[in-house]
Amino acid sequence: MRCLRICPTQALRARNGKALLLKDRCIDCGECVRVCPNHAFIPQTNSFSDFSKFKHTIALPSPVFYSQFGRDVRPAAILNALKTVGFDDVYDVACASESVSIAIQEYLDSDESPRPVISPFCPTIVRLVQVRYPNLLDNLIPIDSPMELAAREAKRLAMHERGLRELEIGAIYLTPCPSKMTALQHPPRKKHSFLDGMIPISQVYPLVMRALAHAAGEDGRPDVRGLGLGWPILGGQVASLKAEERIAIAGLTDVMRVFDEIENGKLKDIQYIECHSCPTGCVGGSLTVENPYIARGRVLRLVEKYGSEPCQDRQKVRELYHKNFFSLLGTIPPSPVQPLDDDISRAIHKMHRRNQIYEMLPKIDCGACGAPTCMTFAADVVKGDAETDECVFVTMKTLEAKSKNLLDTIEKQSKKLRINPGRHDHEASASR
Amino acid sequence: MDTGETFSDSFTIQGRNFLDAGQVSTEIKSELKDLGIDPAVIRRVAIATYEAEMNVVMYADQARLTLRVTSQAIRVTVDDRGPGIPDIGLAMQEGYSTATHEMREMGFGAGMGLPNIKKNADDFRITSTVGRGTTLEIRIDIN
Repeated sequence: MRCLRICPTQALRARNGKALLLKDRCIDCGECVRVCPNHAFIPQTNSFSDFSKFKHTIALPSPVFYSQFGRDVRPAAILNALKTVGFDDVYDVACASESVSIAIQEYLDSDESPRPVISPFCPTIVRLVQVRYPNLLDNLIPIDSPMELAAREAKRLAMHERGLRELEIGAIYLTPCPSKMTALQHPPRKKHSFLDGMIPISQVYPLVMRALAHAAGEDGRPDVRGLGLGWPILGGQVASLKAEERIAIAGLTDVMRVFDEIENGKLKDIQYIECHSCPTGCVGGSLTVENPYIARGRVLRLVEKYGSEPCQDRQKVRELYHKNFFSLLGTIPPSPVQPLDDDISRAIHKMHRRNQIYEMLPKIDCGACGAPTCMTFAADVVKGDAETDECVFVTMKTLEAKSKNLLDTIEKQSKKLRINPGRHDHEASASR
Repeated sequence: MDTGETFSDSFTIQGRNFLDAGQVSTEIKSELKDLGIDPAVIRRVAIATYEAEMNVVMYADQARLTLRVTSQAIRVTVDDRGPGIPDIGLAMQEGYSTATHEMREMGFGAGMGLPNIKKNADDFRITSTVGRGTTLEIRIDIN
């Protein structure tokens, strides 16, 4: 039942003791995964065996991964360890994040598109806009994400240096959350991802822990550095930009509040809005291991130590931006929840029916019927997906009314027959 | 198929209540989404009702907002009790605002409220009595 309540778009129902997911409402936030005590929700990610078909595998860890280990563990050491746990090679994504922040800056400085511009890197936020805020689809900045750009570059290098064909290379993202998988299967604004699969950080973590303990020492890998190191936490993107008015928001309730304001015509002075579904940013994803607040502290220390050394040539990246290296040309389609009816007149009629049914309900959102709120239950009844007697309170009231009827009938009948059940009755026999 | 059905709902907007300001237009958006109204139409209704709601919060004592939806159009009536508008022509001018200093500090007072409503509506009527209140009638067609 916890899942019913936690779902921000009321996409879950309980039927026959099992959870039912309404796919048109789901935005892949992963809260149900996090909250279910029976682990009934299984995120659709990959496992190592899915990649045996590739000649050459490259691990691309989300920069969140750098914050998951002990306080003195260098990101370079983590990358080295990954090469010993089953991947042929490894590629730092933080460097791609720095390129993307330079590209965002160029976009803000040169493009005339509607403001505020919204970050498209949290796939749950993109789904939220598709499902609930289609008017804001044009505000999502049309540039590719760090994980995509990193995979593209990693494959290009592997093809060039090892003479491999693209099909032979498996680029595997180590993900902090199940939501990123959506972006792999349905990348915004393009047909195919450069990635071939994703493994949860929580699954790779124990392997890397062991490898770090046995590490033979440095292999001379240069330190990971740059603005991208800050991206795993709320505010990390905004910190890497120079825009005048920019804000960072996390948590779906607060994001929706801000989106409502934009739809009302407010916040036009804001240049960029960094949005996350997870309240602490990506370090809070449901497939991470470390406590998000501790991980946040580690990210801040990494930024302090290595964040101000650039890993990209800024001028070169700006030139690439203007050659459309980062641009995505496709559109993101709206994906609205099914309305009560496709015909407005019938929808109005159903809305009345829904409100009538709602009046019969106790309005306490108890969830015993299997729907998260009394209003969603009423809508389900109108759509034909539920019956009113599935509501415990409605059934109780009906039974109450029926038993009252029954009692009344018994009384009437016994008066007719002049029987007073339970009393010594000489009057009755006298009148017969 | 037009069966002549109307969906209607009404809301109370409390003057000076900046805490809840904007909630009525958000609730209306939600109802229109359930009805399957086109998002571009919903956006115009959202902006118009938000501006009307903010005007009530900023200047009036209280208002009743009535929403009526048919398969042809969405009608919003905002009937308030408040100081009224002495010169409607002036109030409709872009940039003209009677916002107080505090309100401007909060980001209001651009003077675009009523003009924005007119811009987003297919029909917009405004009547007012000084010392009594103001009534707005907004119609946005569904196509």
